[in-house]
Parts: sequence; structure tokens; C-alpha cells
Amino acid sequence: MSIFPAKGVWWNEPVEKSEVLWVSIAFLWAMIMFFMMPYWHFAGEQNLSNEAYKISPDAFVEKTENFAAKYTVREDAATGIPVVAPPAGSDVYIFGRTFEWWPMLELEQDKSYRFHISSADYMHGFSLLPENINLQIIPDYEMVLTITPTSSGEFSIVCNEFCGIGHHNMVGKIFVK
Amino acid sequence: MSADSSGNIPFMQRLLDSPFVLLALGVLVPTVIYTVWGVVEALSIPMAP
Amino acid sequence: MANFRTCPDTGFKIDLQADKLIKWNAVTAVVFLLVGGLFGLLVALTRWPAVHLLDADLFYLALTAHGLDVLLVWIIFFEMALLYFTSAILLNSRLAMPKVGWLGYVLMLVGALITNVAVLQGNSTVMFTSYVPLQAEPHFYLGIILFAVGALLGCAVFFGTLYIAKKERTYEGSIPLVTFGAMTAAIIAVFTIATGAVILIPTMLWSMDIGLIDRVDGLVYRIVWWGMGHSSQQINVAAQIACWYAIAAILFGAKPLSEKVSRTAFLMYILFLQLASAHHLLVDPGLSSEYKIFNTSYALYLAVLGSMIHGLTVPGAIEAAQRKKGFNNGLFEWLAKAPWGNPVFSGMALSVVLFGFLGGITGVIMGTEQLNIIMHNTMYVPGHFHGTVVVGTTLAFMAISYWIVPTLWQKEMVMPGLAKWQPYLFGLGMGAAAIFMMGAGTLGVPRRHWDIAFADSAIGHVFPEAANLMMGLAGVSAVVGSLGALIFILNMVGTILWGKAKVPAPASAEPTPAETPSAATSYGGAGTMAVPGTFVLAMVFLTTFVLYYFVNWKYLAGVWGLS
Ligand code: HEM
Ligand SMILES: [Cu+2]
Ligand SMILES: [Cu+2]
Repeated sequence: MSIFPAKGVWWNEPVEKSEVLWVSIAFLWAMIMFFMMPYWHFAGEQNLSNEAYKISPDAFVEKTENFAAKYTVREDAATGIPVVAPPAGSDVYIFGRTFEWWPMLELEQDKSYRFHISSADYMHGFSLLPENINLQIIPDYEMVLTITPTSSGEFSIVCNEFCGIGHHNMVGKIFVK
Repeated sequence: MSADSSGNIPFMQRLLDSPFVLLALGVLVPTVIYTVWGVVEALSIPMAP
Repeated sequence: MANFRTCPDTGFKIDLQADKLIKWNAVTAVVFLLVGGLFGLLVALTRWPAVHLLDADLFYLALTAHGLDVLLVWIIFFEMALLYFTSAILLNSRLAMPKVGWLGYVLMLVGALITNVAVLQGNSTVMFTSYVPLQAEPHFYLGIILFAVGALLGCAVFFGTLYIAKKERTYEGSIPLVTFGAMTAAIIAVFTIATGAVILIPTMLWSMDIGLIDRVDGLVYRIVWWGMGHSSQQINVAAQIACWYAIAAILFGAKPLSEKVSRTAFLMYILFLQLASAHHLLVDPGLSSEYKIFNTSYALYLAVLGSMIHGLTVPGAIEAAQRKKGFNNGLFEWLAKAPWGNPVFSGMALSVVLFGFLGGITGVIMGTEQLNIIMHNTMYVPGHFHGTVVVGTTLAFMAISYWIVPTLWQKEMVMPGLAKWQPYLFGLGMGAAAIFMMGAGTLGVPRRHWDIAFADSAIGHVFPEAANLMMGLAGVSAVVGSLGALIFILNMVGTILWGKAKVPAPASAEPTPAETPSAATSYGGAGTMAVPGTFVLAMVFLTTFVLYYFVNWKYLAGVWGLS
């Protein structure tokens, strides 16, 4: 019994067939699951680049402001946050700050953009909805990845990392034409 | 009962009967593979150009 | 030196110091389950859109307290009780260093109280993860550190007891499988606590603002913190599986199908389980895919293999034992004739099934490098871990309490009728809550979020109506589950305070638990007993796993291109 000591050379006791079979099947499944991850790096369209840089929040905010100054097309009526329409294929900067995502973006469907995302203060969660793409945004780190919107409409960036008492008010927008 | 002298006990059984060896392994393996590897990667992230 | 009594039910020799420590740790655990569970209920009632009970600041405060009190305090106090039980009592030994055990207990209690006070004071609403640069009051971290040191002392007592039991030859052969499982938990605990110290001590110094440390790096914090935060979950898994094996043995006289296979499965845990901490970092900036894949897969999923083995061998051991008793018809007579009205059994059975299907499958899927992108920090995450640590670990601990409390205290349970229903109420209620939370997560509903209607914000996001429905259903189910938790707590506390003393006779109304086995049959594996029923169940599990796994890849393939 499992609550009593095991005596003798239990290591050499035979193992029953169905147990051996199960261990083999489970092992096979484990290998399949393992190799799915590298496989998706070759075959899949959804992989993070893992490219990142260290950067101070001030420096990142400045880069983003320069970016916005170049391509702002209008202001969002409700928040006064600029809406920025960068050319297809270009670099895009956006940061989280209690409690907003700055700036808003206007992108073209099926075009790729090199996103640079960071935080001006605390950790934030970049949750792009309704796509449900979720990234962890950490201050002092600039995350870089290429995003290709494959659908159009109005998308929200909801913050899904607790960042302070106003956390639930933190929403940004991406418009895809 | 064949195996009262520990000489007959297979290596794996003796390993599983050694709590302190297992403790050392259980602390060492994740420390190296998870913590040290991870922190080294984090610290070697380059400065933004 | 050590004094002993003999347990009238089991014949075990019980060190009186161990006896007392087990009782105090278990009772303290249950009290914190009450406190933490109430916070959980408040949180659930707030996230239920139609109720939306608490204000925002109270909600985040309650959520911080809930995470700490249940995940840390309830679970780890109970684990201390299990460590003392599986060492001193199962090995018929005296407890090593009982004074250290008491010191550990006091540190844990004081630490838990300090941190709770810090949270309730309102300036430490940082969630139990306390990600920098959000800052709590220094005593918030101090409490957790004291608590962890106390738990480390408990582990030292456990290892000390293993050592003296062997030296004083209180047992022959290898430690029981259940003790081996507890040892696995204790080993993981040592890594967990050491890692916690490495990150929380500097963070506390930083929060004190005395010029020693002026900055804690966010990414490094997350890496090291999760080495503690996730590994502590793996303590739970190991402890819970030890409980499963213990219950199979106590109720059915079940022997492990194979000592070798089960212990090797635990060895996989010791070596690799803790690597999975990396599944919290899959969408963090700058870590390589090699690091993420190797770690999140627990080294080629070898630790998952370990879990799948336990998933077969626990029910398999019961099947073998039942078949030996003559329940040999068809594939499932052994299961149909199991004591479903005995909460020790039903709690354990539900824990095995719900942990596997709700917690296990979803955990592996969420921990897949790319699949994590569509789940990270959504409600899917709390859905998943209420499937592990609540309907898995907490339910397993409840199940074994139904045996430990009447046995150690030698009292009759005060509410045996309600106890029959309790595991179903709690397991199915919280299981449903977990499923609905996961459903909401697939629709993008964020975790740790006060208002998905965005009533106070200038701009918002409109979630599909189904998301509100899911959150509502999660709320209803959580109320049912909380009721189950409350009944458990009342029953345990009531039994301890007011239970009638047991008459020393086989008092159980259930089909007789296994007669205390004679020495000749009490050890060794079940031999080569075939377990066809369990095998079929395992294949059902695997099929579900495979299908759901690939469904999620299909979801992922539908989202925007990322590279
Ligand atoms: C008594 C019944 C319980 C109820 C009604 C309940 C309900 C909830 C709810 C609704 C959330 C919030 C999710 C969110 O907004 O992000 C939550 C979070 C959580 N629960 Fe529970 N829960 C219960 C028991 C437990 C137990 C027993 C444990 C652990 C042993 C546990 C561990 C956690 C943790 C760790 C969190 C995450 C806190 C955070 O995000 O910081 N819960 N629970
Ligand atoms: Cu935020
Ligand atoms: Cu936030």
C-alpha cells in the first residue's frame, strides 16, 4: 500500500502491459506537443520575434512623440489622443501609461507594420480585442514585433495587467481600413 | 527476499531512496535551466539603438 | 524524549508533538480558507456584471487578499500538516526538531497576519504578484518573507524526520510512496522559497527607500518571481497527488500498480516540474524561443508525462484493488461500486477528474509558446488555475481532511449528511466557475479587471453579449462553490470543537474501508493486475486533450499575423 514502506527490490518488479502502453502513448504525445512549437515557427503566421531593447521610459516616450508628430491625422474626440496613420511597412510606436494607450493608430489591412511597444510607468497588458492578442509590456523594455492586420474595423487595446486603481479605464484604439 | 544487502539494489532504486541527493538535484536543475539562463538572457538584452 | 500514542483506527504510532503540529497547521489553514474564500466570493460577486458588488479600490484590495490568503496561506499551512503527517506518522517515527516546527508555525502565522494587515490598510493593493514598479508597503513583503522562512523551517523538520527515521530504523525498505510524493513537494518547496527570498528581499529593501536598492528590473523580477510563484503551484500538484495515493490506500487498501513507475513519475517532477515557471513569460519581451520552449515544456514535457502517469496509476490502483475484492464485471463495476457517498472518496475522485480535464489540459495548452498569445492575462488564466489549485488541490485536501480530522481528533463528524454532498457542491460549482471563466477568456475578457462595461472611461470596448453571460454564469457557479467551501469549513471546525468522541469501533456507515491490511500484503506493487477500465478512461482523457489542443491551434491560426 502506498502508505506503507516499499520493501525488497521494487525497481525490478514487472510492469503491467496497459501501464507500459499508456506510458508509451503519453510519451509520444509529449513529443508531438514539444515539436509543435518549433514547427509553428516555420509553418505558422503567429510567432513573436522576441526582439527587444532596453530603453528608458523618457526616451521611448520621446521616440513615440516624434513618430506621432510625423503622421498624426486627427484627434480622438473623446480623449484628445492623436490618431496616427503611419505608412504601410513603417515603424509604429505605442506606449501604455496610467491609464491610456498612446497614440491611437490607423492602419491598412493586410499591410505589415513594425510595432515598438513599451510602457511609460508600470507594467501593462496589451490585449488587442476582439482578436485576443495579448502581450506583456514592461517599463524599460521596448518590445519589437511585426504585426499584419488581416481584418478591418475598430479594434481596442484593453489593459489586462493590473497597473493601478484606474486600470479598468485603460483602453486604446486601432482602426484598420 | 533477495536484497537486504544494499549491493543488490539497482542504482535507480538507491537514487530514489536518497532524499538529499534528490533535494540537491531538484534545486540545482531549475536554478540553472530556468533562473540563471533566464536572468542571463534578460541582462543581455541590448540597449535601444 | 518523544512521547507517542497509538492511533485506535490505524495502529500508527503517533508522536504527540507531530500530532499537535499537524492539528494546529491544519486548523490554521482552514481558518485562512474561510477568510480567503470570503474575499474570493466578494471578487466573484463583483465580476458578475449584474451584481458588481464592490467599488474599484475595494475590489482590487479584495483580489490581492484573496490571492494571498488562499494560494499562499491556506495551501501552505495545509501542506505543512501533510509534511508532518507523511513523515513522522507514516514512518512511525518521532518528529525531528519539534521546536523548529513550532517556530516555523509561529513565523508563518505572524507573517500571514502582517501581510493581511498591510493589504487591509489599503496601501498595498498590488495583487499577490506585486510586480514592480508598483510598490507595496515594506511590511507587505516582510510578512511574505517571514511566512516563507517559516515554511522553510517546516521543510527542514520534514527532511530531518526522514533522516532520523532512517537512522533509527523505524521502517524497513523505502519510504512509502505517499511520503515520497510529499518529499517531492518538499523539494520543490525548498527551491520555491529560496527563489522567493532572492526576489522579495531586494524588493522589500527597495520599498523601504533607504538608498540600498533604488530600482528593481521588471523583467528580472518577473523571471525570478515566477520561479517562486509557479513552483509553489507545483508543490500543490505533488502534495495533492500524494493525497490521492493516500486515499486510494486508506479506502481501498490499494497498492501502487508499480512502485517503479510511480516513483519515476515523481522524479520527473523533482527534476523538471519547476521549469514550467517560464510559461508565465511567453509573451514577455526579449527572451529567446529556445529558453521559452525548453522551459515551458518542462524539458520535452517529461513532467507532463509524469502527471499523465499518475492520472493512470491512481485510478488504476483503485481498480486493481476493487477487482481483487471481486468487483470484476465488465469494464466499470469497480468504479460503479466505489463509495460515492463517502466524501473522502468522492472528493478525491472529483479532484482527479477535474484536475485532469479542467486544470491539466488547459495548463499545458496555455503553456504552449504560441498559444499563450491568445490567452495571456485573460480570464482564461484564473479559469485554468481554479481548475488546478481549487478543484484539484483544495478539493483533494478537503477529501483527506474528511479522513484526517475524525481520525486524529477521534471525533465523529458533526454534519455527516451534508459532508456527503459537499465535494459535489464545491467541485462542480467551482469547476463550472472555472469553465465559464475560461469561456470568457476566449472572448478576450481581461483578468483582474473591475469593469468590462467601461462605464467610467472615456472610451471603452464592447464585449460580445456572450462575455457578460459567461461572467454572470461564473458568478452564479462561484456562489454555489463558495457554499460548498463554507459547509466544509463549518463541518471541520464544528467537528473539532463539538464533535462527539468516537466509539472505538468501525463506525463508518460506508461500505467498509479496507480492513487494516496485515503485514504480508501491505507492501509491494499490485503485481501485474490488468486495469482495462482505467485504460479506457485514460484514452478518453487523451482524446479530449488532443482534440482541444488542436482546436486552439486553429483559433491561433485565425488571428492577425505576428512575426
Ligand atoms: C471559495 C471560492 C472561490 C471563489 C468564489 C473564487 C473566485 C475567484 C475570482 C472571481 C477570481 C478573480 C479573477 C479576476 O478578476 O482576475 C479569483 C482569483 C484568484 N483565485 Fe479564487 N476563488 C475561490 C477559491 C480559490 C482558492 C481555494 C484558491 C487557491 C487555493 C484561489 C486562487 C485564486 C488566485 C490565485 C486568484 C488570482 C488573484 C490575482 O489575479 O491576483 N481561489 N478567484
Ligand atoms: Cu495598464
Ligand atoms: Cu492596467
